[in-house]
Amino acid sequence: MGEFCMPSLGADMVSGKLVEWMVPPGTHVRRGDIVAAVETQKGLFEIEIFEEGIMGEPLVQPGQEVPVGTVLAMITPVEGAAEDEAASETDTAAPAAEQAEAEQPPMETESKDPAESAPPASSQRIAASPSARRLAAELGVDLATVQGSGPHGVIQRIDVEQAGQQQSAEQTPAAAPPSPAPASPEPVSQAKGKPAGEKTALQQDGMRQAIAAAMSRSNRDIPHYYLDTEIDMSRSLQWLEQKNLKLPIRERILPAVLLLKAVAKALRDVPELNGHWLDNRLQVKPDLHIGFALALRQGGLITPAIHHVDTLGLQELMQVMGDLIERTRAGRLRSSEMTDGTITMTNLGDRGVKTVYGVIYPPQVALVGFGRIQERPWAEGGMLAVRRCLTATLAADHRATDGHRGAQFLEALNRYLQLPEEL
Amino acid sequence: MTEQELKAIICAEIKKVAPECDPESLDPKENFREAFDIDSYSFLQILVGLNDKTGVEIPESDYTKLYTLAGMVAYLSARTT
Repeated sequence: MGEFCMPSLGADMVSGKLVEWMVPPGTHVRRGDIVAAVETQKGLFEIEIFEEGIMGEPLVQPGQEVPVGTVLAMITPVEGAAEDEAASETDTAAPAAEQAEAEQPPMETESKDPAESAPPASSQRIAASPSARRLAAELGVDLATVQGSGPHGVIQRIDVEQAGQQQSAEQTPAAAPPSPAPASPEPVSQAKGKPAGEKTALQQDGMRQAIAAAMSRSNRDIPHYYLDTEIDMSRSLQWLEQKNLKLPIRERILPAVLLLKAVAKALRDVPELNGHWLDNRLQVKPDLHIGFALALRQGGLITPAIHHVDTLGLQELMQVMGDLIERTRAGRLRSSEMTDGTITMTNLGDRGVKTVYGVIYPPQVALVGFGRIQERPWAEGGMLAVRRCLTATLAADHRATDGHRGAQFLEALNRYLQLPEEL
Repeated sequence: MTEQELKAIICAEIKKVAPECDPESLDPKENFREAFDIDSYSFLQILVGLNDKTGVEIPESDYTKLYTLAGMVAYLSARTT
């Protein structure tokens, strides 16, 4: 039996309001299906499910606001389903104790202080995927000592694997701290410091509050370093103009798409900038999901992720970016887009800015900023010319990388932007 | 198409991407992208809309002529009549 919980859509989310169930109980849902709409301080989001099974009766009704981690509905595995996670778990007796612990009545979760139900720190209910639970039971790993790297801190199989390796390397299981104290996640301290009476104020200016919480945490915890470089965009822009000449207006590609793709390629060369800092260590992410900073017309900022940027062609990427912008405006972003970002890109060129000094969005470890494209004097080979240039900046987490690697990233970025036909 | 009709079409397209704005009351010679904070994606959407409504092809090299309402009206009017 699986649980469908209120997800954390970012480091700054404490609770969410269930707005609508998009599938009725009894529906056979598959991984990636949109099953509910949830409203947070940052707007309305479509919530995906990451498990296959039959949707149970709603435990939370539309209109109810509940803390992150609250069980919204149970998911019953499908008989004979191919998904090994859901199917085989019921056969395994070992994690039964943990299961029982996990399946406490949802009412209790609801009435709890929001701080306690923040998944990573909760000692009562540990959020973990079924296969992670199974493996933990096999390896004898205590889930309370594992820091989850999944969406809203859910413990995944790989986290247990790593914890298991560490444990066997040490040969002293007792050395593992019984409490998750060293990795106390931020949303908890935020929630603790917030008296209930302040809730109305928080709702009134929720977006601002959410940004304030995430950025304060970033500025407090992340030792940023900044690098910038001037990039000659003339070649790329000429190439793009030639390409766009042949395209009907609705298929034309914006320069921002070149920048996105070049960032993705450069991250392949310097993967340490693409990941999360969790549990006092860098977790490099194999997939490139670039958070794309979008200013909202009503004020505020949102950074939904564009998935697998490196695998998309420029035209495809333009469509995906357009779709993301439209859905951001319409309030139809998906939960995975809010949690999957592995790095953020901010393009303030349209606003006439020359240089962006970014604040990293935790738990990410880097932010790439671009200023406006403008004609500048450019000296090369003893000659002075006028070129279309932009300033690219990297704000990076010094715990995860050093300036040398950061410099290599900007160097690679520049190199890719000189070869637009290969993007 | 008359200039009045064109202006109405243009204002409607601007309002699609920037619903809170009032393009009718803006000085036609003012840069509306700056006045209404229209980013390059939204600007492209406006041009796509104008292309739909008027059939006028707008090459990228002409974009700079279309940063004001007066510029847009003149550009489209010269190509629709």
